[in-house]
This record gives sequence, structure tokens and C-alpha cells, in this order.
Amino acid sequence: MQFLQLLISGVAQGCIYGLIALGFVLIYKATETVSFAQGELMMLGAFGGLVGMTMLGFPYWVAVPSAIVAMAVFGILLERVVIRPILGQPAFSIVMLTIGIGYVARGLITMIPGIGTDTNALSVPYKDEILKFGGNEMGIGALVLNVEHLVIIGATGILCALLFTLFRYSKLGIAMQAASQNQLAAYYMGIPVQRLNGLAWGLAAAVAAIAGILLAPITFVHANMGFIGLKAFPAAVVGGFGSLPGAIVGGLVIGLVESFAGFYLPDGFKDTAAYVVVLVMLMVKPNGLFGEKLRKKV
Amino acid sequence: MRFIFKTDYTQDIKLAKHGGHVFWYSVLAAFLLAAPWLLTEYSLAQLNLVLIYAVAGLGLMLLAGFTGQFSLGHAAFLGVGAYTQAYLTGVGLPFFLSLGVSGFLSALIGIVVGLPALRLKGIYLGMATLSFGFIIEEVFARWESVTGGNAGKSVAAIKLLGYDLGSGAGFYFVCLLVTVVCTLGILNLLRAPTGRAFVAIRDSEISAQSMGIHLAYYKTLSFSISAALAGMAGALYAHNLRFISPDQFNLMQSIDLLLMIVIGGLGSIHGVFLGAIFLIILPQGISAVKEFLPEFIGQAPGLKSVIYGAMLIAFVLFEPMGLYGRWLKVRTYLQMFPFYRKGMFKRQKSFQKSDRLK
Repeated sequence: MQFLQLLISGVAQGCIYGLIALGFVLIYKATETVSFAQGELMMLGAFGGLVGMTMLGFPYWVAVPSAIVAMAVFGILLERVVIRPILGQPAFSIVMLTIGIGYVARGLITMIPGIGTDTNALSVPYKDEILKFGGNEMGIGALVLNVEHLVIIGATGILCALLFTLFRYSKLGIAMQAASQNQLAAYYMGIPVQRLNGLAWGLAAAVAAIAGILLAPITFVHANMGFIGLKAFPAAVVGGFGSLPGAIVGGLVIGLVESFAGFYLPDGFKDTAAYVVVLVMLMVKPNGLFGEKLRKKV
Repeated sequence: MRFIFKTDYTQDIKLAKHGGHVFWYSVLAAFLLAAPWLLTEYSLAQLNLVLIYAVAGLGLMLLAGFTGQFSLGHAAFLGVGAYTQAYLTGVGLPFFLSLGVSGFLSALIGIVVGLPALRLKGIYLGMATLSFGFIIEEVFARWESVTGGNAGKSVAAIKLLGYDLGSGAGFYFVCLLVTVVCTLGILNLLRAPTGRAFVAIRDSEISAQSMGIHLAYYKTLSFSISAALAGMAGALYAHNLRFISPDQFNLMQSIDLLLMIVIGGLGSIHGVFLGAIFLIILPQGISAVKEFLPEFIGQAPGLKSVIYGAMLIAFVLFEPMGLYGRWLKVRTYLQMFPFYRKGMFKRQKSFQKSDRLK
């Protein structure tokens, strides 16, 4: 029972990492840049949901889609205003730029009067509900499942299916794949590569917002919740930086390792387990589980 | 305008290119030597911090600005240096010996961390150093017998030949000495074949490799020198604060170091010092203007991070060459007046082609 319990909470946590890592990979595949602001986009998404529910008084089912759409628009604008002007400069500039965006986002949130500096609870309809399976009549030895965890796992599954369909069957998704494989050739085929790059940022921001809203009932909504994005980097690396399914699998690996390390290993391993896994991964299989082979040609 | 008439090949690698350099650097040196008598105690302490950050920045500049690799965990090396120094001087080793050991240990750890990642491309070194930074921070917090854990560890004052160099002018001169030696060392390195190899790797790994430069070796060398400098800076940092705790060496510190060299100007030694001055002055500037802002902005805990982030974004977007690049432009404008043209410093855009699918 203990094992199953850890497994499920690990998978749920891993889904969150996976969703954030998915954002990294989407942006990396589209524009060859690494966004360090992904965790902050997630935080903004969660705050979007919170503002929708508390300040504007939307019901949950209206607040969530509107937060996701708002974040998608924000992502597209972000790409247009700050990322596009410096495309073509060294990758390092863009890394610094996204770190800067993260700083600004984290700071600006604290300036919202009332909710900015507090830890807020998002009142989701499934909050604090628990399912129990088995065990004796005292409830000892029962498998206790948190509905919040189940919702995360379910939502991630649905989202993955949607993304798979998008990239496999829709014209837009195939165009995005083409642009990611060879931008110049995609241009020649009449694919609007720049607009697709914008859309990739929008999509990444929307996925981040979903992750934020899913995570909100567990960690609450606060300005520093974006730091969880730093654990999504290991997820992306373990999965192979250029692979969408890899991001999710990498996230699950990191989530599970963390969950089990927290229980079976001494104190302090829970927070560092993800990073140890990455260092080991870089030594053993540097391209990640699903990574493409890196080879340079002149 | 100044024309330099070259009659000798050695003129190309001279540190001081012309009389103007000799004059202005002499003035700077004279000022730095006289600083303890010219500045107030507080300004001197700030100058100490600038020098210490500059040493760490030199290392990171060598790695990011001249070799084209970047590290997101340099604060960890700062921390390794600081704790080594604290431990060794606590045991009773002389200052300069333990300084050397701190640098050496950092370099060694740098090699161990960097070796697997340096065989790969760009972002992976960032990931490995980021991971390493988190792990080492946890180690600092847990290895209580050496580091004192989260409660922190106090550091003894520097004692040299019986003199107490713990504070004031004495400590300042120690910092100055280390900074000058490190700066001259890096300048010298950059005009030697090793430094040229670093720059070649930065500009194009493929062409460097075809010129016979062993990529993994030179990248590791650059990374270890960089870590060693950060370690020595950490050692000075420990003596400066006299008290160290793990949270001084977290990710924010690493990002501060990166911010410093980006704002100073990637790829220039001047940039390191300009960036260090900027990094030390900025918080004071912020607390000075805080009172004039409306309360919900001025008192927000995130004000500092908004300003840092906005500065970073503004520099990357509008002045990618940093403060030193701006100064170069001003200087060229003055030298060439009135013939300065707008596009003189325009950087050629190199569109990144996908390395994944070639």
C-alpha cells in the first residue's frame, strides 16, 4: 500500500514536471532557444486562475479556460515583443533574457495589492477530497488517494492526447514539425515560420498555465511557486531535450525518483534527487532517453 | 584620432597599446593604492566587495565571454572556496596557502562536474552546473561537522606574518593584490595560445576543431580555471563577511554573477569590473529611490527582482555588448568626431541553424 501510495503521488508530481518540461521542449524545438521563464509562466497562469475566481468572481469552469487563453495570448505577445527582436543572437543572450523575464514576472506579482505577497488557496471543486480503497474498518492499511493527484494525472493524459493529435493530424501541427526540422525549407514551402514560433510560445505558455492551475491545490498559489520550473529542467534533460514524449516520461522519472527518495533515503535526498539523476544521466546517456543523436556536420 | 604606427609584431600583444593606456592605468593604480586614505570606511568595504566579485567575474567571463560555455552554478564554486578557506584557516593554515588550496579544490570539483557535460553542446553544461549548484548547496547545509550547517560558520580573520589583516586597509590590500594578480594572469592567458584556443572555440567549435584544438581538453581547462577563480573569490568572500551560510551560495547568487558579466559586457575584461561596480551600486541605488515610489511598489518585496530583471532585459535587447560596449561607442564617437556612423558597431546576425537535424 505504501508503495502504491508513493507511486501515485510521484506520478502526479511527475506530471507537473512533465507539463512544464513540455513547455521547454516546445519552445526549444520551435526556436532553438531555452526558456528559463517557464516556471514563472506557470506561476502567472495559477495567479490568472486565482484572479479570475476571487477578483472577477468567475466560477471554476470559466476561470480556468480564461486563464489558459490569457496566458496563451501573453505567450504570443512575449515572443513578439522581446524574443523576436533578438533571434539570431547567441543562445546565451536569450537565456539571460528569459531569466530577466522570470525575475520581472516574480517581482511584479508581489506588487499586486492583497494577493501578491500572500500564499493563496485556489478553491477548486475537488479540494481535499479523498478516496479510500480497502483496509479494515478502522481505515488502517487502506489505499488513500488524493483526488487532486488523480485530477493531475487525468488532465495530463488528456492534454498529451490532444497535443499528440495536434502534431500528428492537424495541418498546423505538421507545419510546426516542418519548421522545427528545417526553418529555411519550411519558409520555402510557404509556411509562416515566424507566426508559428509565436504560436509555439503561446502553446508553451498555455501548457504552463494548465500545470499551474493543476498544481495550485497542492502547493497553493504564491509568487515563488515558479521555482518548481527548475526541477523541470532535469525532466527535460532526462527525456532528451528535443522530444515531446520524452519530456513527459522524463517528468515521470523525476517525480517518481523524488517521491521514493523522499521516503526511503535520508533527509536531504528528496530535494537533490532530481539533480543527481541528471548528472548521472549526462554521464551515462547524454542525449536523454528519447533524444535525437547529436552530430555536427560542417 | 590616434594612429598607432606598428613597427614590431610584439606590439600586437602588448598589454598597454599606447601612451594613453599607460597614463590612465597608472592613474587608476595610484588611486587604488591610495584608496584607504581617500575613501571612507564604508566606501572601502564596498570597494572590497567590488574586487571580490570582480575575481569571481573574471572566472565566469573567461568561461562565458571567451570560451562560449555558460555556467548556472558558479555560486557553488564560490561556496566551495569559501568553506574550504573557513575550514583551513580554522585549522590554522596560513592565508595564502589555504587560498591556493581553495582555488585548487574548486578547480578539481569543476573538472569532475564539467567533464561529462563539456563533451556535449551548450545548454547541457548549464544544466549540469545548475544541478551541481543545488546539490552542493544541500551538502553545505547537511555536512555540519565541516560547514556548520544552516546555522552558518564564522570565519577567522586573516593573519599574515603576525599582522592582523582582518579588516580595513590590510584586508583591502590583500583583495587588491589577489585581484591584480588574477587580472594580469587572465590577460596574459588570453594573449597566449591557450587563450586564443578558447576564443576560437567560442567563435566556432567546428573551425576550432579543424585547426587542431582539442575541444574537450580546452573546454575543461577553461572551466577549471574559471572554477578556481571563483573558489579564490569565495575564499576572500568568506573573510570579508566573516560569516558564511549555505543560502549565500544559492542559485540567485549564480544568476547575480551572470547578470554582472552580461551587464558589464560579455567578452571584455573591463566589462567584469564595470559589471561588479554595477552589481554593488545597484542595491544602494534601489534603496535610495525606494522612498519616492508609491507604497505598493516601493515596499513590495519583489522590487529588487523587477529592477534586476528589467535591467537584464534592457541590456540584452538594446546593448548586448554591455556597459563596456556602450563606453566603446562613446569613445569611438569622440575620437572620430564628426565622422561616426550609425552602423559601425552593428553586429552581424548569425541565424542559428538547427544542430539537431543536420
